Order: sequence, then structure tokens, then C-alpha cells
Amino acid sequence: MRISRIVTQRIAFTLLTLVMAATMLGILAIIAYIFLKGLPALSPEFIFSMPTHGMREGGIWPAIVGTVYLTLGTAVIAVPIGLLAAVYLSEYASDSPFTRAIRIAIVNLAGIPSVVYGLFGLALFVLFLGLGSSIAAACLTLSIMTLPVIISTAEEALRSVPQAFRLVSVSMGGTRWQTVWRIVLPQALPGILTGVILGLERAAGETAPILFTGAAYFLPQLPKSIFDGTMALPYHLFVISTQVPGMPVKIQYGTALVLLIFVLAMNLVATLIRSYYRSRRQW
Amino acid sequence: MTKRRKLLEFVIQGLIRLCGYSAIVFVALIFLFLLQEGLPALSEVPLSSLLGARWYPIQNLFGLLPLLLGSIVVTLGAAVIAIPFGVATAVFIAEVAPRWMREILKPFVEILAGLPSVVLGFLGILVLVPLIRTGFNLPTGLTALTGSILLAAMSLPTIVSVAEDSLDAVPKSYRDGALALGATKWQTIWRVTLPAAKSGVLTAIMLGLGRAIGETMAVMMVTGNAAQMRWDALFYPIRTMTATIAAEMGEVARGTTYYHVLFLIGMILFLISFLVNILASSMLFRAKKRAERMLS
Repeated sequence: MRISRIVTQRIAFTLLTLVMAATMLGILAIIAYIFLKGLPALSPEFIFSMPTHGMREGGIWPAIVGTVYLTLGTAVIAVPIGLLAAVYLSEYASDSPFTRAIRIAIVNLAGIPSVVYGLFGLALFVLFLGLGSSIAAACLTLSIMTLPVIISTAEEALRSVPQAFRLVSVSMGGTRWQTVWRIVLPQALPGILTGVILGLERAAGETAPILFTGAAYFLPQLPKSIFDGTMALPYHLFVISTQVPGMPVKIQYGTALVLLIFVLAMNLVATLIRSYYRSRRQW
Repeated sequence: MTKRRKLLEFVIQGLIRLCGYSAIVFVALIFLFLLQEGLPALSEVPLSSLLGARWYPIQNLFGLLPLLLGSIVVTLGAAVIAIPFGVATAVFIAEVAPRWMREILKPFVEILAGLPSVVLGFLGILVLVPLIRTGFNLPTGLTALTGSILLAAMSLPTIVSVAEDSLDAVPKSYRDGALALGATKWQTIWRVTLPAAKSGVLTAIMLGLGRAIGETMAVMMVTGNAAQMRWDALFYPIRTMTATIAAEMGEVARGTTYYHVLFLIGMILFLISFLVNILASSMLFRAKKRAERMLS
């Protein structure tokens, strides 16, 4: 009896380990494969030049620039709104049914399919507000999609600041906002930053929300204003892997790798910030 | 307190409140715009056509059933793969792995969450599609199964992280009690920890599958996009609701019936995700209440 229990445990743990290892190896394999296949394509020309010959030659510079614009634009809109919303939930709101409704709304925003955001952006920003298919419309759409990620991680970071910090500030005559601005926000900053970067990482890699709101198939020059459409890395990868016949595989893998590096770099920065500040935290 | 400071405090408080309410405003706006653009479809297309089995927009046949079936088949396929992998990985990370290993494994799963779906779709086209075609000896590798495999990878991070959180939230005293009674570590996990975290694990699965049914790009790239109804759909090309919107919205003129039907599909997707999320969060909420009762 005793042995069989231990044998069962051994079998179960072996299975768990195998499944876990398969998952991790799968993730590793995806990344390694793209690096292996994509690295030969990478060169300064590939990164810094315009696509030529129906995108079958040349570089992907406009797509890279476009993704940077979209990510920055999304940050400019989503970070202040998300941050203030998180401050509201953690510092101002009481536990009322209305607050609960806000939380439910946030959870729902996070779950809405990205292509539905695309539809919404098309209806509201592109057509109703007349922004047209533009960087502005795409950024607004991506911002609303990113908002729930930023709000929930920022709120968690704000809540982890000990109550005593706030009490001291208030007892010395600080107003509510002074307490938030001078005491709570600086303490929560690393956690907030991590959340913001993870949210923007998602925005940078998304295609469906920008399909009808700002992404362009091909543009001969870089966008000149926020009311121009733009090329973007994820959409470009989609286009060259499904819409362009006779596309050289090398350029496809190169584009996939650049997008992957973009996203992994953001992920790495977020992880580093988190682990660095967690180890230094004194409370 | 000076007057200026008071004014500043007032303005900022107002701004914070406004941003706090923004989530509700956005959900309402999204729903309203989907309604406004999608509802006309219900009067323009007879219900018998909408509930039909043929999706030929050029001939004004807007049967949504094949699209619905496509989404369901792909998602169920993803569930079969993602649930065992996701739950096992979560159990391993939460209960078996030593601390240092957790610190490595968790960011790793996060990387998968951050992989853009086009990248997975792209790899799917070049690597998975030929494998499926030769492996199952099919006429084409662009099948529902191919989509399911990619969707499983994409819903895995959600399942792992939510399930792991809920396993983590099981009080240590439960495990100590089981171990003190002479149970092995595995018996403790299987008979005590997992049942105690049951609602959290179920929520994790629901959220993961909710994510899967709404996924667009990867699915569109590898499932062939043929709107057909058949019972062995897993091994044939299918077309999901999300892919239909993404592939066709670009070519449709504003205000046409076709346009309205695509928004109607968006409305259906919105309602599905709304239901899934309400259910999931109410389950978590109830589980938390119960845990509080038991611990007090």
C-alpha cells in the first residue's frame, strides 16, 4: 500500500514535469526557430531601407517606424487615463456597487476580442469622428484595448504600498492628491511601469484592431502626420506571408524576427524592472 | 491651504473620477456602436437566411451557422489541448517547482502571452500546415486542427496564470493538514489543493477559451477560411466569425447590408466575451466569499 502511493506520486510528478517541459520547450523552440531563420536576413539595409519591387526586396523601415509611432501614440493616450483610473480605484473609490460595476467593465474590456475593437474603432474614430484610416484612429483604438491591462496592474502596484505611508503623509497635513503624487505614486512606480510596458507590448504586436483603423498595405513614404495611415510590423508580416505571391521566405523570417525582438525587448525590460525593484524593496 | 492649491485639488479629483469611470463609458460606447451598425442587419436580412447554412454574401446569403460552427470547432479543439497542458503546468509551477524555478518559469509563460498572434500564424503557415497535411494525409493542411493548435498555445498563458493564482491562494493550512495526516505530496495536490482551487481553475479555463474564440489573425492565417458545415470539420478548412470580419471588412462599403452583417457578427462576439467574463468573475467572487467564510 505504502509503496503504491509513492509510486503513484512518482508517476504523477513525472507526468507533470514532462508536460511542463514540453510547454517550455515549445515556447523556446518557437523563439529559437525564428531567430535561426531570421538572423541571416537582418542587416542595416534590411532595417533602414524602404521595401522595393512589390515588397519582395529592400527593407522594412516604414513598418518599423509605423509600429514605433503606434506604440508611442498608444502610450500617450492610454498611460495617463489608465494611471488616473487606477488611482481612482485604489485611493478614492469606496467599495460600492458602482465601483464593482467599474471593475466588471474593466474585466470585460480585457476580454473583448481584438477584431471587435477594430470594428469599434472603424465605427467611432474612422467614420463617426471622421479621422479616417489614420495613425490617430489606430492609436485611439489600441489605447482602449490596452487600458484594462494598465489599470489593473497599476492598481495592484498602488495597493501594495503600505497604508502607513499614506497615514504619515496625511497626518503631516498633506492633501489627498499630495499624498498620491508625492508618496504613493513614486513607491508604486516600478510596478506601474511593468504593467504599462506589458500593455504596450500587446498593443505593438496586435494586427486586428488596426486592420481597418490605420494600417496600410504599402506606402512609398513615411507618414507625415497623425492623420496619415501607416505601415506596421505585425500587419506587414501578415501581408507578406499571405497576400503577396512569390515572397522570399528570408524577408518573411526577417520581418518576424524584428517584430519578435521588438516584443521580447519590451518583455525583458518589464521583467527586469520588476525583479530589480522587488529585490530592493524595503517594505 | 491656499486657494490655488484647493482649486488644483478639485480639478485633479475631477479628472481622476472621470478616468475612473472611463472603463464603463468605453464598454457602453463599444456596445452602442456595435448595436447601431449591427442591428439594421436583423431587419435587412430575413432570419431564415441568417440562420441558414450558406455564407455567400455576393448572393445575399448570410448564413451565420457555418461561421459559428467554425469558431466552436476551433475553440473546442484548442480546449482539448490547452486544458491538460495549462492545468498541469499551473500545478507544476504552483505546487511542485522549487522557488528558484518558479521565478524562471513564470516570466517564460509571460513571453508566450506576449508573442504577437501574426508571428504564431506565420510559423503556422510555414511549419505546422505542411506537417498537418502530410501527417494526416489531407488535401490541405489549412484545417481547423491547425488553428486549434495555435489557439491552444495562445490560451495557455491565461490558463496557467489564472489557475496558478488560484492554487496559490489555497491556504497553507489545508496542505499542512493533509500532510500531517500522512498523505503524500501528490495526494495532497490531487485530493485537497486542486479541489479547493476548483472554481479558480474553472475560471482560468473559461477565460482561456474566451480568449481563444475571439482570436483573429493566427486563426485566419491557418484555417483556410472556407465556410462549410460538416461534422468532421476538424480536419477540413473552416471559417471563424473573427476571421470573417477581419478578412472582409476591408472590402465592404459602409452602410450596406454586408457591412451591417459583419457588425452583427461583432455583436455576437462581444456578447460571448461579455457572458464568459461575467460568469468567470462572478465565480471568482463567490469562491473568494466562501474562502473568507471558511477561514473566519
